[in-house]
Formats: sequence, structure tokens, C-alpha cells
Amino acid sequence: MHTQDHEPDHDHQVVPPDPALRTKALESLLVEKGIVDPKALDALVDAYENKIGPRNGARVVARTWVDAAYRKRLLAVPGAAIAELGYEETQGEHMVVVENTAKVHNLVVCTLCSCYPWPVLGLPPVWYKSAPYRSRAVIDPRGVMREFGLELAEDVEVRVWDSTAEIRYLVLPERPAGTETWTEEELAALVSRDSMIGVVKVSATSGGKA
Amino acid sequence: MSASDLTKSELQPDPERLASLPSLPRDQGGPVFAEPWQAQAFALAVRLSAEGHFTWKEWAAALADELKAAAQRGEPDDGSRYYEHWLAALERMVTSKNLSNPAEMDARKEAWADAYRHTEHGKPVELRKTK
Repeated sequence: MHTQDHEPDHDHQVVPPDPALRTKALESLLVEKGIVDPKALDALVDAYENKIGPRNGARVVARTWVDAAYRKRLLAVPGAAIAELGYEETQGEHMVVVENTAKVHNLVVCTLCSCYPWPVLGLPPVWYKSAPYRSRAVIDPRGVMREFGLELAEDVEVRVWDSTAEIRYLVLPERPAGTETWTEEELAALVSRDSMIGVVKVSATSGGKA
Repeated sequence: MSASDLTKSELQPDPERLASLPSLPRDQGGPVFAEPWQAQAFALAVRLSAEGHFTWKEWAAALADELKAAAQRGEPDDGSRYYEHWLAALERMVTSKNLSNPAEMDARKEAWADAYRHTEHGKPVELRKTK
């Protein structure tokens, strides 16, 4: 049971849906018996990390750039707006979309573990799950972003959002300059996973390769 | 040994093998997944085959059977349940190769569900030791 005012660290995990549990069961049995090497499995899944989900998030973002009414709906009721594009809502967690502007930049972290809006962003990248990111994103967000090549002006306010069992955040990046005539599809190709976590911005030359 | 010792080409199935699979959801860069477990199930089949537990041809045939059965049940053929069929084919395959069995898989599934229910947020979900 989840309630709004629950302490996050007293919450229990959400039980994944049946196919996810069966996959986990099969994997753990085969690993335990020494039939498959977990490292080889992980490496294979990592190789496809960017193939899961981020395209969903990118399409959501691109739609907000070409459709102001959709943007409003997404900011107001994210779950329903995401479902409009045919993507599944999260497993009972509440989705919140935070909007970047010229004066505000948002960054998402999960200091406790690695909560992540995977229906829109796919598997979390390895660095997102790492202890240094989880602690430093809160203490020194500008320093973290600088390592990703993002230098923010001093007068830009940085907001760091800490994900919990119930709340997952998606950063809505700003539409890059020089893309006024671009189609929705072309725009979607620009939106990287990292820009929706908030460690980078989208630029007209960023390309969609995560 | 770490996973990074394995090169990408050793790990990833070549395009020809992927192309032999019936209606695999993919783009120019390879297969695409809607949810993490799908990539997990994909990786399991690829690794089991790479380790010689079954040939890729056997796998493609098992998957085709499962997809055909779904079509005969009248399920829409829009790819939305592709990985559910993939998983069902994989469960059947590991059973037929004596790598596991339905009772064992079912018990393990319940154990994981239980572990999720009893693990606090922020802690890794681990199976509890059973006697």
C-alpha cells in the first residue's frame, strides 16, 4: 500500500508484473545453476540500454514542443498524457514532469537507490545507479553537470529532484534554438536520455544517441 | 573476468541471426524493447544459445510455434505481446532441455514476489534464504 505522505524509506517495493517476475525467476535459476554467466547477461543488456524506452520519452518531449495543448496536459496529468501516446504508465508510481526554462534547470536523482521512470526512459544508465552520482547530484549538481559538459549560467536556478518509491521525475528539456521548422519526428531524434534526466541540454546538433 | 573483456561483437548476436527471428521488434540498430524484462529475456535466449544449450535455429522455430499458437488463439498480431511469447517459448525450451521445470520456475517466481513485498524501498531486493 502506498500513501502520499508515507516516509519513502518505510515503503516496500512494488511487485513487478507477471512476465517480469517470471523472467527474474528464470534468470536467477539459470545463474544459480551455473548455466548462464550473469556478467555476460548484464553486458548484453547494457549494450541495449539505450534501446529500451528513451525513444518513448523523446517522443513525449517532442510532442510538447509542437503541441502547446499537449504540453499543458503533460505538465498537469503526466501519466495520462504519456498514455495518450500509447506508452504504459508506471507501475503505480506517480509521474511528475519538471520543465526546464531559461531560468530554471532540473536534475533528477534517486539518492536511495535507482528509482527511474523506465517506461519513458528505459533502463537507468550505470552512472545513474552509482554512489558518486547519487550523492554528488545533491551536494554539487553544477559540478556533476559540468562533467557531462553542461555549464550553466550563474543566474540559472538548479532544482534537484530526488525520486522515491512513489514519485518518478521526467525532465522536460527546452526546445533548442534553430529547430523552428523541424518536424516532430526530427525533434524526437534530438532528445537524448541524458537530457530527460537533466545532466545535459538538447541542442540542434545533439543527436538522439542517448 | 569482467563483462568488458567481452567485445561487443562477441556479445551481440549478428544481424543475420536476428533477421531469422519471426517479426522481431527492431530498428536499424537492432532489437528494441518496451520494458527492461524484455531485454533480460532477450539476453537469456541469446546467451543460452551462445553457450550451446540450443541452436539459434531451434530457438527461431520454438518462437515461431509460440507466435503461431497466439495467432490461432485470435490474438492481434501487432507485436505488443511479442516478448510474452518470447518468454513462454523460453520457458518451454529450458524445460525441454532439462535446464529447469515449470514447478521450479513457479516456486521461484513466488519467492521473488514475496521478496519484493518484504523489501523496503531503497534496499536491494534479495531472495530470503529458505531451509
